[in-house]
Amino acid sequence: MANESLVIEDLTYGYGKHLPLALSALSATIRPGIVTGLVGPDGAGKTTLMRLMTALLLPSSGLLTVFGLDTCSNASQLHEIIGYMPQKFGLYEDLSVIQNLCLYADLRNVTTTDRRQVFARLLAFTGLESFQQRLAGRLSGGMKQKLGLACALIRKPRLLLLDEPSVGVDPVSRRELWRMVEELVDEETAVIWSTAYLDEAERCQDVLLLDEGRLIFSGPPQNLSERVADRCFQIQGISGNRRQVLARALQQQEVQDGIVQGQNIRIVLRAGHGQPALSVLDAGSEARLTPVVPRFEDAYIDTLGGGPGGTSLLAAAMTSLPRNRDVIVEAEGLTKRFGSFTAADDVSFTIRRGEIFGLLGPNGAGKSTTFKMMCGLLRPTSGTGRVVGLDLQKAPGKARSRLGYMAQKFSLYGDLSPRQNLDFFSGVYGLTGAHQKETVARMIDIFGLTPHLTNSAKDLPIGFKQRLALACSVMHEPAVLFLDEPTSGVDPLTRREFWTHINGLVEQGVTVLVTTHFMDEAEYCDRIGLIYRGRMIASGPPDELKTQTRSPQIPDPTLEEAFITLLQQWDAKHEEAP
Amino acid sequence: MFHRIRALIIKELLALLRDKKGRMVLIVPPLMQLFMFSFAATQEVKNQTLAILNLDRGQPALTLEQDFTAATTFSRVIHLQRSEEIPAVINEQQAIAVLWIPPNFSRDLEHGQTAQASFILDGRKTNAAQIIQGYAGRIIDRYRTRLADKGQQSGINIVARNWFNPNLDFRWFTVPSLVCILTTVIGLIVTGLSVAREREMGTFEQLLVSPLHPLEILVGKALPALLIAMLEGSLIVVVGVLLLRVPFNGSLPLLFGSMAVFLLAIIGVGLFVSSLSMTQQQAVLGVFMFLVPATILSGFASPIENMPHWLQTISYANPLRYFMTIVRGIFLKDVPVAVVWAQTWPMAIIACVTLSMATWLFKKRME
Repeated sequence: MANESLVIEDLTYGYGKHLPLALSALSATIRPGIVTGLVGPDGAGKTTLMRLMTALLLPSSGLLTVFGLDTCSNASQLHEIIGYMPQKFGLYEDLSVIQNLCLYADLRNVTTTDRRQVFARLLAFTGLESFQQRLAGRLSGGMKQKLGLACALIRKPRLLLLDEPSVGVDPVSRRELWRMVEELVDEETAVIWSTAYLDEAERCQDVLLLDEGRLIFSGPPQNLSERVADRCFQIQGISGNRRQVLARALQQQEVQDGIVQGQNIRIVLRAGHGQPALSVLDAGSEARLTPVVPRFEDAYIDTLGGGPGGTSLLAAAMTSLPRNRDVIVEAEGLTKRFGSFTAADDVSFTIRRGEIFGLLGPNGAGKSTTFKMMCGLLRPTSGTGRVVGLDLQKAPGKARSRLGYMAQKFSLYGDLSPRQNLDFFSGVYGLTGAHQKETVARMIDIFGLTPHLTNSAKDLPIGFKQRLALACSVMHEPAVLFLDEPTSGVDPLTRREFWTHINGLVEQGVTVLVTTHFMDEAEYCDRIGLIYRGRMIASGPPDELKTQTRSPQIPDPTLEEAFITLLQQWDAKHEEAP
Repeated sequence: MFHRIRALIIKELLALLRDKKGRMVLIVPPLMQLFMFSFAATQEVKNQTLAILNLDRGQPALTLEQDFTAATTFSRVIHLQRSEEIPAVINEQQAIAVLWIPPNFSRDLEHGQTAQASFILDGRKTNAAQIIQGYAGRIIDRYRTRLADKGQQSGINIVARNWFNPNLDFRWFTVPSLVCILTTVIGLIVTGLSVAREREMGTFEQLLVSPLHPLEILVGKALPALLIAMLEGSLIVVVGVLLLRVPFNGSLPLLFGSMAVFLLAIIGVGLFVSSLSMTQQQAVLGVFMFLVPATILSGFASPIENMPHWLQTISYANPLRYFMTIVRGIFLKDVPVAVVWAQTWPMAIIACVTLSMATWLFKKRME
């Protein structure tokens, strides 16, 4: 079968007797000449499947053949034709770019004579020519991934496996990685790209969609998107509060899924239902429903039976804060220098009560530094950060008791049970006695943690970890929430549920500062600050940034396109006048 | 504030003890080490050869010679004739020690003067020599008691240390030392890993953005470690006394009082290491960088007196040195409060220094 590079037949894999199967009864074929996306949330089985393909794991049952080679019996031959780039590619951080390449060339038996050519080609290909002597540890996230890719390509593989190459990579570098991989594909080569970002699925010619170890879709992504053709709409021209409109829309039985997109709301209608009445949504007289192109994610949610509802029990249980437009979070000339390097340079912004403010920017641009200064984790070299009017450096305890913080990795105590985590965080924030007990019980109730109470937090499914982390950060009813990439790696359903809670909290007067790489998440923000080279180079509502970057080539830019254009414009301007 | 620290302590104890593996790591290896050291690594000295150069024909000298010859430790005795033979006997390792009784030994005793005798040990075999020295001390002690019984007022002077081991059982020496070393290990590991583990898991930032004051975090880390190390210390004492039959002659309150002060000094070191390390791996390395020299400079393996002067000076900064003295004293003879206090206040000063340094570094690293 020349047309199939990889055949999977009834493949099952389990890590242990007492654990659920990591992959169950999977059958699929992968063709050469295209990029096949391996798509699914964290814990879906993507990495397990990749490791099975490389013969690093052997199937519990079923069969896996790569170009006719069985992974069980032909592992060593198989390794000759495979290029594998694991999530954390094994770059030696203390070796330079060229030393890393030499090492992998040695491992792959590429002789010295071939080497010069191969290196020249790969360095040109990845744009790393001028960084040959730099230590791998000093490269940015995107450059590390490119070097990883180069190392995996030292011998041109027939099957290239890329395990989440775009994690932690900003949109600009992500595009370059895609361009490079697409250039690689030819009649002979098969490429598998695994990702948790559903928008990346749309760039693949073929997709394997995994969920909890099961294959729920395989084929061209458009085939899945077709499911929801004619059912995707944007509510445009909303004059009222768009978050409340979304909450109301999600209560309508015609609507199965909805998200905020800047000033508009994107909804997917239930099959066989008509359109919801705009008057019920109370979206203002200008509001209208405009059909939009379906996305892979819309279809994915559709296969799962629709998204969660629009009301947040969490928000309902919170005391609402005064309704005014006071400035709650204020950054004033925040500057942070590490030695001679300026990580953040004179960053200023204000966030008013009930606003969601997003910090966006490429890796290493100063986004995290700014965020850390705002929540008091870093002391600014100059400038001040104020939360509810309190200087974080002068009254840290008092200011911190008013803020809630949720980190990227859901920093929970893994060895503690969910209840013990809740007890601890409520205790640390000064909740005592009956009030503490009630609050913890309410959180367990709201987030449906009861079935998981005996587990340790580290063994919870990722969606529950995320819920628990949110619960831990809001029990003291903070006035301000700091969210650091709060939904990375989480499945789209949990992400929607999360944003329902955040939207609800914002309606209660909570102020939110969020950093993110997800453009979807950025769309939920009222305003965005784009951080680049330590400076805030643009800020404003998402729609305003899109309008600002409109051009004849891109008449209706997405937020990601706007983001990239803004970075390019800034670079161009500063190269002219250094 | 009390409430917040309580939440921290509960969390810390749960994190250490809730996990079955975590509990095992805290309990099994120390007990294993205790048994290993007291059985396998026994340094009991038997079947040794003693050389005797007795230049005195008097009865007291003869009795002393017989006392040594009769000791079970020495299975072979070489009689020397001249003092010139001594270097050869030691150099060629024919005997581990030489008892040298000078000609005027008996006469001095009878005249009520201090009689001099020398006990020369093979210094290359530090451990064995030290133990033999202890045995010799015991023999001389008995000899002296007998003299006193006969109404002799005069003393004899032979270098003798470690005479608190009347049954000549090496385990009596090892177990108290292990109480010190193992509590040190527990105290260091628990605190050393605590901050580093939170840094690795990302929970540390979560603590830092909470209203907890850095000092509260440190107290919340120090107290559970103190509690756990004290419990482990007690466990080792109990096992040592009940299973390994080491006598316990001193006062428990004194032992625990001094142990608490000692552990505070150790915890200060552990927290310092932990604040410095970004990963648990670094923390473990850091802990060992302290642990190994501290153990060697404590007098556990080789006597501090045998070390060069500058090392002896350094050893005054080692809390383990003082605690070792206290524990051996409390175990084997009922040392008075004054003696314990004399060893405790230096540890208290060290504790103040290490804890302040940990606090300083902890605050500094937060930025």
